[in-house]
Amino acid sequence: MPAITVRVNGLEVTKEVGARTLLSTFIREQLKLTGTHVGCDTSQCGACVVTLDGKTVKSCAVFAWEADGADIGTIEGLADGDNMHPMQEAFREHHGLQCGFCTPGMVMTAVSLVENNPDIDEDGIRHGLEGNICRCTGYQNIIDAVKTGAKAMRG
Amino acid sequence: MYDFGIKNPTSVDDVKTALGESDDGQFLAGGQTLIPVLKQRLAMPSDLISLARVDGLSGISAGGDSISVKAMTCHAEVAANADIKSAIPALAKLAGGIGDPHVRNRGTIGGSVANNDPAADYPAAVLGLGATVVTSEREIEADNFFTGMFDTALNEGELITEISFPIPEAAGYIKFPNPATRYALVAVMVAKFGNTVRVAVTGAGPCVFRVAEMEQALTASFSPDSIKDGMVPADDLNNDIHASREYRAHLIGVLARRAVAEANG
Repeated sequence: MPAITVRVNGLEVTKEVGARTLLSTFIREQLKLTGTHVGCDTSQCGACVVTLDGKTVKSCAVFAWEADGADIGTIEGLADGDNMHPMQEAFREHHGLQCGFCTPGMVMTAVSLVENNPDIDEDGIRHGLEGNICRCTGYQNIIDAVKTGAKAMRG
Repeated sequence: MYDFGIKNPTSVDDVKTALGESDDGQFLAGGQTLIPVLKQRLAMPSDLISLARVDGLSGISAGGDSISVKAMTCHAEVAANADIKSAIPALAKLAGGIGDPHVRNRGTIGGSVANNDPAADYPAAVLGLGATVVTSEREIEADNFFTGMFDTALNEGELITEISFPIPEAAGYIKFPNPATRYALVAVMVAKFGNTVRVAVTGAGPCVFRVAEMEQALTASFSPDSIKDGMVPADDLNNDIHASREYRAHLIGVLARRAVAEANG
């Protein structure tokens, strides 16, 4: 089994992983960071989105060993102590969730969208969330949340 | 998925060695198709030969009359590249419409072209723009590359290293995406090079194809009106739960007209 070294939310960690271990499995089961959810496990739903060297990826469609040497960001890394990230606050304010299962992927994606395009408009948000499915179909509040979160992130 | 060994070569030569040492090795590029396929146990390679750490397989370089995209360049990079946006905007648009943002951050041009999915976007760009596929062994013209459904002219173990796109005078790409997958239900790339026009269609048949009748009509007059209904017969087109072959035949005409209009600005 190969050993990999990654930085997860700023902390370096070295672990042995199996060839077939997905990045999502590594994060949830070996690092015990269960905020990253596995929804479909067929790389369609986006619940498992994390950042890999700053880019959003579906962690169920990446092998853990492919991430060797990379910086990984998960939902647990967004808050600053007890202070939630502005995007998390916006999701709470607008009730941008129903069952909450898709929320980690939605929030990670939303933060990345705004970081890449601070002035993103509603059209950009809707297209940017194409890879994230909310099976409760609670999209309208999610869009409202991302708009507010984007405004807060712009400061 | 079935178990497999891992190889992480760092040069094209090492890739050949790694493949030679494997019983039934398979290249892993971005993995956005291969990993789901492995999960479904539809493939059972003895080893995955990762191309991610191979030197010199990623990046975009613009020459005078062509733009070269290295095989491991991801879709998001192509979509955002300033040279491509300015010289071949239709190619940037095509790359920016593949899958979703997360897929575009991992999926690569080499992986997509080698896979030759009948509904993938990139085959339409490669064939429509008349690109050259550069491999570890040779250069293959687009017209000779796509040989059938999920089939290409690549030999066993032959590795795509880059795709070279000639810069057209004008080009347009219009896709009718499957609303769930964003794969092309039908998509058409139209490109004009001086007195030559190329029209490539993906999603409609078992493999990307050109439409000679449209190319001739557009060579005579590069206008949407040159495209007439019925130029592509429905007989050999895909017929499935997503669309009938007749509907796909109709879409080819509609999308080709829009692609010409887009090319004309």
